[in-house]
Amino acid sequence: MTDREPGQPRLAVIGAGPAGLAAAIAAAARGVRVTLLDSAAEAGGQFYRQPAAELRARRPQALHHEWRTWERLRDGLDAHVRAGAVRHLTDHHVWLVERRADGRFTVHALLGPEQEDPAEVCADAVLLATGGYEKVLPFPGWTLPGVITAGGAQAMLKGTLATAGRRAVVAGTGPLLLPVATGLASAGVEVAALVESAGPRAFAGRARALAAQPGKVAEGARYGARLLRHRVRLLARHTVVEAHGADRLEAVTVAALDGAGRVRPGTGRRIPCDTLAVGHGMLPHTDLAETLGCRLDGHAVHVDDEQRTDVPGVWAAGEATGIGGAALSLAEGHIAGRSAAARLRGARPEPAEWAAAARTRTRLRAFFAALDSVYAPPAHWAEQVTDDTVVCRCEEVTGGAIRAAVAELGAGDARTVKLLTRAGMGWCQGRVCGPGVAGLAGCELTPSRRPFARPVPLGVLAAAGEDD
Amino acid sequence: MNVGLTCDVVVVGAGMVGAACALYAARAGLDVILVDRGPVAGGTTGAGEGNLLVSDKEPGPELDLALLSGRLWGELAREFGAAIEYEAKGGVVVASSPGGLAALERFAEGQRAAGVVAEPVAGDTLYDLEPHLAPGLPGGVHYPQDRQVMPALAAAHLTRASGARLLTGRTVTAVLRTRDGAVRGVRTDRGDIHAPAIVNAAGTWGGELAALAGAHLPVLPRRGFVLVTEPLPPRKVRHKVYAADYVADVASDSAALQTSPVVEGTAAGPILIGASRERVGFDRTFSLPVVRALAAGATRLFPFLTDVRAMRSYLGFRPYMPDHLPAIGPDPRVPGLHHACGHEGAGIGLATGTGHLIAQALTAPGKTPDLDLTPFRPDRFTEEAA
Repeated sequence: MTDREPGQPRLAVIGAGPAGLAAAIAAAARGVRVTLLDSAAEAGGQFYRQPAAELRARRPQALHHEWRTWERLRDGLDAHVRAGAVRHLTDHHVWLVERRADGRFTVHALLGPEQEDPAEVCADAVLLATGGYEKVLPFPGWTLPGVITAGGAQAMLKGTLATAGRRAVVAGTGPLLLPVATGLASAGVEVAALVESAGPRAFAGRARALAAQPGKVAEGARYGARLLRHRVRLLARHTVVEAHGADRLEAVTVAALDGAGRVRPGTGRRIPCDTLAVGHGMLPHTDLAETLGCRLDGHAVHVDDEQRTDVPGVWAAGEATGIGGAALSLAEGHIAGRSAAARLRGARPEPAEWAAAARTRTRLRAFFAALDSVYAPPAHWAEQVTDDTVVCRCEEVTGGAIRAAVAELGAGDARTVKLLTRAGMGWCQGRVCGPGVAGLAGCELTPSRRPFARPVPLGVLAAAGEDD
Repeated sequence: MNVGLTCDVVVVGAGMVGAACALYAARAGLDVILVDRGPVAGGTTGAGEGNLLVSDKEPGPELDLALLSGRLWGELAREFGAAIEYEAKGGVVVASSPGGLAALERFAEGQRAAGVVAEPVAGDTLYDLEPHLAPGLPGGVHYPQDRQVMPALAAAHLTRASGARLLTGRTVTAVLRTRDGAVRGVRTDRGDIHAPAIVNAAGTWGGELAALAGAHLPVLPRRGFVLVTEPLPPRKVRHKVYAADYVADVASDSAALQTSPVVEGTAAGPILIGASRERVGFDRTFSLPVVRALAAGATRLFPFLTDVRAMRSYLGFRPYMPDHLPAIGPDPRVPGLHHACGHEGAGIGLATGTGHLIAQALTAPGKTPDLDLTPFRPDRFTEEAA
């Protein structure tokens, strides 16, 4: 921690996905000493997740698009690491970023995979590129083995080259479902159906914003062609109403939705499968930002044009500031890295230098805002959740218990539901069940304060930053 | 929607104290409306540990109220029991030095004279009570009358059982008064509620409500953090265990940070670690130094906790009064206004006695209450003293 060379400002970048990598490279190229911390064993994040080296994948690029972008980032990182401008700390699970009384920062991490031993990194500024996580809404049977998240299925494909089962259904809503379905199909899994709750008409209403992204439309068309090639049935305006199985998944029932987002009676059909990959979009990871006191806009970290948060010395980029995919994350990371580098050297950043990235950012934010209004879970999904459906898995809280807290005990908001039922108090701290609990309680999903981004041993906590 | 509502008494604040006031007032035959700007247990109640303690109180009016409250909690436990996670687990106060033990034993002797069951525990017996305590501790005192509830559940269930009309999400914006100054109800952002009596159970925000009625009541926030661990197997920590310094911290008038470890298991499995006290206004910023001190204190008491993970921490604002006593009873300055707030960190435990005494004051104002309310008089503070 005393590795500070006078005159060289230090920036800690948290997260080595597209945003963090772009930021680290941009800042390191401009005279800043960067420490890049990430929980994974290799850079890339969720998007550029790499097969473990020992698997000796012959053609990992088959699983990725934008492979050349990744190669450029990887080579850039390697060059800066070799030159000593970037220190890349893998297997570092950050649990807290502390803003000290002198305005500097200490990043507190646990070393993986056991996450028992602490590591601390001091920096003059921090850049949060913490990404997003998957949102999954509950339905009867969703806790059966064989039901996995769409993102989990994709991570499995990219990271271990393994596939989940023989016959899969991909369901939910959002742009992630397409690559998951085609990825599973390419890996030899029979994809029985892609069940998307959004309907084609929703896209028509947003045609202009969507068509402003020719690249994205082409990407969608490519996936569409691949679905056809693998004979994947696309069921738009449909939803999974139940997963069946004794000890593990054996089948799902899917049904059509009416215009109001309710299940049409009598349309249910059973599809046998051993895997259900389900997802309902993404949410930003904001725990570290919130504990630092950064303002949020809804669920995302608020940033200005330079990607600065409202806390001095704290930048944020990528999906922590709003879900928008890898290309947007790269643009935001690049801008954040350049801004941080200039400000850390006491200079005024020159936005003209990153005009191209700023244009990309504007375009992609508009595109994803349009997508967001298209891809929505069925408005009345909560009606499908039976009273005995376990909604919070960690604390085993049922739909009935949540409804009782609202109807009988006067809970009207997510926090009170949590206090009265324990939903969201367990190991995942509501990251999995939060949207489901809020929906069942009929209240808004509000970001819940999680001072520790991950559980921390009390012995580590008792000594954290003690020698400050 | 500006439809006027009418009742016998409006209780402002749906925390633990408001819920107990509603319950006892309703059971005394009054028609009660309970109003809160947030949800049930949305303030300090939802951020507390649920301590029903006699052990930390020196002989005096607060201890008398704690003993009365303890008896009433015992009655409610037969009615609500598991639903509010009531546990008559007892407390163990641990001394860290022979000198500290002597002081603790003198303190316990005074408490015994006031009616507290306080059993001295010498070195070895201490480990029979709490096998996982750090080795080498000289001893402590066992308080079988210390108990615990889950405060949010207790507030919600007492509210429901009271039958009071519960109006959440309504902010009281004015206290309505007659021409001669007596209370005639409250104005809220969603309509008026007419009643000849108001109970101020607004906790840490009780000073603001009193001000709406033109009465001065110096309630200040005293911030506290709580650490929550991962769920552990039962009986790793069997009692509510705390270091003897805790009593001095509670009684301190300093605004600066005090932390003394208070460790207890819960019915649900996690261990709760308190207790910090500092007067920093309503600042909700996370503080690593405070939480670090809590973790250090807890691991000193129970070394096995070193490897146990903290899942989260939360903070709350205790309603602090300059003399550490709550305001309970009618306010002579505003006829019809009753106060039931300012219990600092003891509001869950003292809620039942407070509710019972408020119900007595509301239904039989001329009669002598079960406990002398003089020390709790809401007009005991001059404006300058605050």
